[in-house]
Amino acid sequence: MEDNCCGGACGILPSKSRNEIGFFQDVLKMDSNVTFRENLDHLLVRFGKKRFAFSVKPGLYALGDPGAYDHVLVSANYKLTFDILRRSLKNRNLWVLILDTKGINVWCAAGKGTFGTEELVEKIEKTGLLEKVSHRKLILPQLGAPGVEAHKVQAKTGFRILYGPIMAKDIPKYLDAGLKTTVRMRKKEFPLYERIELTALEMIQSWKLILAMAGVSVLLTVILGDLSSLRISLDLSPFLLAVIAGAFLTPVFLPWIPFRAFAVKGAVMGLITVAGFLFLVPAPLGQMLFIGASVIAVSSFLALNFTGASTYTSLSGVVKEMKYAVPFQIGLLSLGIGFRIFFELLGRDL
Amino acid sequence: MMTYLKNVTTLKFIPELCTGCFRCIEVCPHEVFHKSGNRVEVYDRDKCMECGACMMNCPFNALDVEKGVGCASAIIIGALTKREPNCGCDTGTSCCG
Repeated sequence: MEDNCCGGACGILPSKSRNEIGFFQDVLKMDSNVTFRENLDHLLVRFGKKRFAFSVKPGLYALGDPGAYDHVLVSANYKLTFDILRRSLKNRNLWVLILDTKGINVWCAAGKGTFGTEELVEKIEKTGLLEKVSHRKLILPQLGAPGVEAHKVQAKTGFRILYGPIMAKDIPKYLDAGLKTTVRMRKKEFPLYERIELTALEMIQSWKLILAMAGVSVLLTVILGDLSSLRISLDLSPFLLAVIAGAFLTPVFLPWIPFRAFAVKGAVMGLITVAGFLFLVPAPLGQMLFIGASVIAVSSFLALNFTGASTYTSLSGVVKEMKYAVPFQIGLLSLGIGFRIFFELLGRDL
Repeated sequence: MMTYLKNVTTLKFIPELCTGCFRCIEVCPHEVFHKSGNRVEVYDRDKCMECGACMMNCPFNALDVEKGVGCASAIIIGALTKREPNCGCDTGTSCCG
């Protein structure tokens, strides 16, 4: 490809531009068998493995042996959801138009605009879909709607958009019922297993923050001059507690934790977790206040971040939360640092 | 099922412009809208997550909402760089799974 290109000196067009003209003309094959290896990759991507390269080639796919009268589904080129889609469609003949969302799932891509009107229109044109089917209906995932202006796509291509169910597993029922959804199929819930699925990455992504906090804590210990190993183990464990409270327990117990704001839920879980810890592992007063304050503050912040992965929070709500939450978290943390310095110096002087 | 904060949504609906195409009901993931005769009514404002699906798919401009990236880190980055909330990674590969 262009990596081996001499740089244009030969006068021949580099492979990329030569292919792009007809790049989406080929009909790609798609089947409904998801292998064990692929299922393993799905699990691993939830832990962050290959997250930035977990995509499939965009273009028009043939599932089974579709003809001019078969339906056209549209989806994103994130391999995880691509596999979920195709394994839900056993023994069917369908066209599947896969848009280039850079490996991002439909809902996030729609919010960003990559699963959008322009990309859809472009792929319809570049794949020659008009010649492949005699009908003019496109079935889109409902969660693609934030990025797609259905009436504009119709005006530009002649294809009428129907929004299908949210979940791929409901597509067979939807198709067999003559393209009809139930009310349930149109409601996005946030069940326990979906919340759990998100926790691994939430915890892993918090490492930078935790490292910074641990750094602050160890620095304090060094400055205050007490380097016994017990102190150091106490220094690092609070931040692991904060991660567990804010990035695991809060998502898992989300609907059962009081208060609606995520930062408050995180603070509550932080409080419970650290109270339990300090009951089992007593420490000098200054240390305890520092640990208590930092776990609550960091847990609250991590829980606040979870809003980005949730299915029902709004931008306006998050902004409102943050106006109170972030100053509270910073204030509490500072208070904790202050208490520790104060009590340790006080203890020394007495 | 779960509700977020109350009275924060920027959702605006102009009933006079509604023609009863019911696209908003088709696309809303949280049942914010209900049929009311042969038009639409806002049934539960506090369920609105400002995704913008209704606004994007209303051909008659009866709906408006301020949509944007809703994750806290994006808002912080946006506030610090004095721009719109953004994840800071425009390559398309980001914190979204």
